[in-house]
Amino acid sequence: MIKLLTDNWSAFISGFGWTLLSSVLALFFSLIIGSLFAILEVMPSKVVRVIGNVYVEIFRNIPLLVITMFFYLVIPLYVVKINGFTAGTIGLTIYTSAFIAETVRAGINSVDSGQMEAARAQGMTFWQAMKNVVLPQAFKLVIPPLGNQFVNLVKNSSVLAFVAGFDLMYQGNAIASQTFDTVNTYVVVGLFYLVITLPISYYMQHLERKLA
Amino acid sequence: MKKKLKYLSLLITSLLLVLTLTGCGSQSLSSQNVLENDKKSKTITWGVKADTKLLGLVDVKDGKEKGFEVDLAKALTKKMLGKDATAKFVTVTSQSRIPLLKNGNIDAIIATMTITPERKKTIDFANPYFDAGQSILVKKGSSVKKVQDLNGKTIIGVVGSNSVQNVKKFAPKAQVLQLPDYAQALTALKSGQGDALTTDNVILAGMAVSNPGYELTGKAFTTEPYGIGINKGQKDFKKAVNKALKEVQADGTYNKLIMKWFGDVPGFNYKEVLRK
Repeated sequence: MIKLLTDNWSAFISGFGWTLLSSVLALFFSLIIGSLFAILEVMPSKVVRVIGNVYVEIFRNIPLLVITMFFYLVIPLYVVKINGFTAGTIGLTIYTSAFIAETVRAGINSVDSGQMEAARAQGMTFWQAMKNVVLPQAFKLVIPPLGNQFVNLVKNSSVLAFVAGFDLMYQGNAIASQTFDTVNTYVVVGLFYLVITLPISYYMQHLERKLA
Repeated sequence: MKKKLKYLSLLITSLLLVLTLTGCGSQSLSSQNVLENDKKSKTITWGVKADTKLLGLVDVKDGKEKGFEVDLAKALTKKMLGKDATAKFVTVTSQSRIPLLKNGNIDAIIATMTITPERKKTIDFANPYFDAGQSILVKKGSSVKKVQDLNGKTIIGVVGSNSVQNVKKFAPKAQVLQLPDYAQALTALKSGQGDALTTDNVILAGMAVSNPGYELTGKAFTTEPYGIGINKGQKDFKKAVNKALKEVQADGTYNKLIMKWFGDVPGFNYKEVLRK
């Protein structure tokens, strides 16, 4: 296994780098987009609520691979040329954002409605009350499920392998098929994923303890 | 103290995981005598391609495997085990075929696999049953006329096929994208993710038949003798396959199958692959 690792070190590391980059980008954007749609889902206006709901229900209920393939194969045919890495990261972002939206919405809903009413009575606008009163409490509540989503996101980034996104899984497939050392290759790939996911798990636990 | 214990347990769990995973894979079905088992069950399980027109393709209408390799496997099975024997098919990809053979899910691979020295280290091959050559498929009217034109461009291949390694020798400055199977590789070529698709000429010919906007270009730049993959240590089985292969060539079955599948494929001269 050590030999396999040293022989293919540069491939593993570049795969690790692309996986990390894709995960970080998708995590950042899906958190923003997800939170936005969560707020849309609790807006007073019914039309806006429906828009938020439709987005979440569509992308939460389509397989990630289908979304990614759509961006990799269909969008370049009619709209704009995008490579595998970008298509994968966009797919990952959209897919995860739907889950994050649901998680954050649950958090917002579990904040007592009196909080919002009191803030509004103080003269705050909806957005001010959301930003300063409701969201800080909501995020504290949803840290554990958000952590789950982040870990899932990193693992789901293996979808990049199917669209030639040069990530860990892609390199793993290529190495396994060149060396025929299937078992060891995927063990190494699994360990590399742990290097990313374990710190996230522990950081989220730490955050939970600190804020709770 | 409690925290330390937790970390320790995590460490132990992961170590155990690694040890079990590296430990397995040495003893399996594949170490038993495959020919004996097959004689008893009167079936041979072949690994065939599901996405390669003319060679091994699963017809979406009836779910049956069809192609030259499928028919050849059926003929070989009858020669090896008798007229009442059946050939069972498991669909494989370039990537999964060797692992599936090694763990005993299939008895033999007849799935567009070229005999290469690297592969010979892991598995055995029966004598070649088909002579293909690597070529490229491009959109009609493309500026790419031969493989050397691909320097600086993007080539699409399939993960696990040796064509992706080969093409790097002929166009070292090209970027190579490896996709999971031929169907996806072709779709990626159509949506402009790459400038050319490379693999063996027979496979590309099959694609050109069903996609008139695309054509093979340049001459084949390698020779790819296809071989039936067999597990190491299965000497009896290998002997039986080679014997059956000789018989189907001698009685004309082989050439009949070649005519049936490649007789009227544009851009592919079937006479070159006929055998006496």
